[in-house]
Amino acid sequence: MEKLQLLAMIQAYTSIGIGLMIGVGAAGACIGVGVMCSRFLEAAARQPELTNSLQAKVFLLLGLIDASFIIGVGLAMMFAFANPLLAVIPK
Amino acid sequence: MAAGTYNSPSDYIQHHLTFFSRPVGEGAFWTLHVDTLVMGVIAGVAGIGFLWWVVRGATAGVPNRRQAFVELAFEFITSQAKSIFHHGDLNRFVAPTALAVFVWVMLMNALDFLPVDIMAWALGLVGLHEWRLVPTADVNTTFALALSVWLIMIYFNIAVKGFGGWLHELTCAPFGVKPLWAAPLLVLFNLLFNFIEYVSKPLSHSLRLFGNMYAGEIIFLLLWLWAAHSTLTGGFLGVLGDVVSLLVSTALGLGWAIFHILIVVLQAFIFMMLTVVYISLAHEHH
Repeated sequence: MEKLQLLAMIQAYTSIGIGLMIGVGAAGACIGVGVMCSRFLEAAARQPELTNSLQAKVFLLLGLIDASFIIGVGLAMMFAFANPLLAVIPK
Repeated sequence: MAAGTYNSPSDYIQHHLTFFSRPVGEGAFWTLHVDTLVMGVIAGVAGIGFLWWVVRGATAGVPNRRQAFVELAFEFITSQAKSIFHHGDLNRFVAPTALAVFVWVMLMNALDFLPVDIMAWALGLVGLHEWRLVPTADVNTTFALALSVWLIMIYFNIAVKGFGGWLHELTCAPFGVKPLWAAPLLVLFNLLFNFIEYVSKPLSHSLRLFGNMYAGEIIFLLLWLWAAHSTLTGGFLGVLGDVVSLLVSTALGLGWAIFHILIVVLQAFIFMMLTVVYISLAHEHH
């Protein structure tokens, strides 16, 4: 019973951690991408001839901005399915 | 377990995330992920081999469609590399490296399009019960690629600036060493700054690609689990609940699959662009 309680506690806090990782990461990534894309739209409206070259850069920067968020999601998935924090409880 | 049946959702996900590994020595470090290696070699041979085969039969006259396609890819890579690399002849090393990296990484990523359950059933018929299809969803592959680019970057740093020049840059850029009374402190700051830069480049380079492929695969598995379990809504709204659950999960799965096509190509493109950017930065003098 004691072990079940300890397991439940670890899993509960891990789930909260996973939610925060994905949620706050997504907020940061989306705000960043939003700022960048708004500037792109502004630039495309000012100088339409640059749209194509700027578009390639937009996609590149999209991947760079998303990087930390996706790394966070990968880590969160690792905690969801192969939680190393559970190893502290002896079998 | 029998093919196609699993004890629980976690069991299904765990099974699809287990590598086919063989130890070649003591401990976890000396364990080879044979499936990653084999699929990586298959993707590389297929991609680079196709390019070699087309180039072998290339004509200077009117090209056929295969040659036109390869020329298109070549033109795309060269134009991207030319917009970044301004330090000499990019056809000697930078453009071929960029082409090889782009083709190989994109093919490795594209192995994610194979439906995992059908492939698991087919591979189970030949006795391979655990086989991961996507090499770039293994952190070892992406780190191997990123560390290779890192070593290339260090090589070009030393080749262009000389070993002494490189050390000078490590200790004196970007803050400089004036005023001279603070020189030791400034050297320390410069070293720390450069150290962080040299560590963060391969880390972010590799983990970006790994995270995108790995997280993409897990989201696929979760969506398919949801679709497969849509009859287990627990009686909420009865049959209507089941139908809605099935429709929503299938629609989301389709949406994610289409989005993932973009991610596959985009991540290969980003990996290639960053390779060219890092090599170009290594050529820069101050």
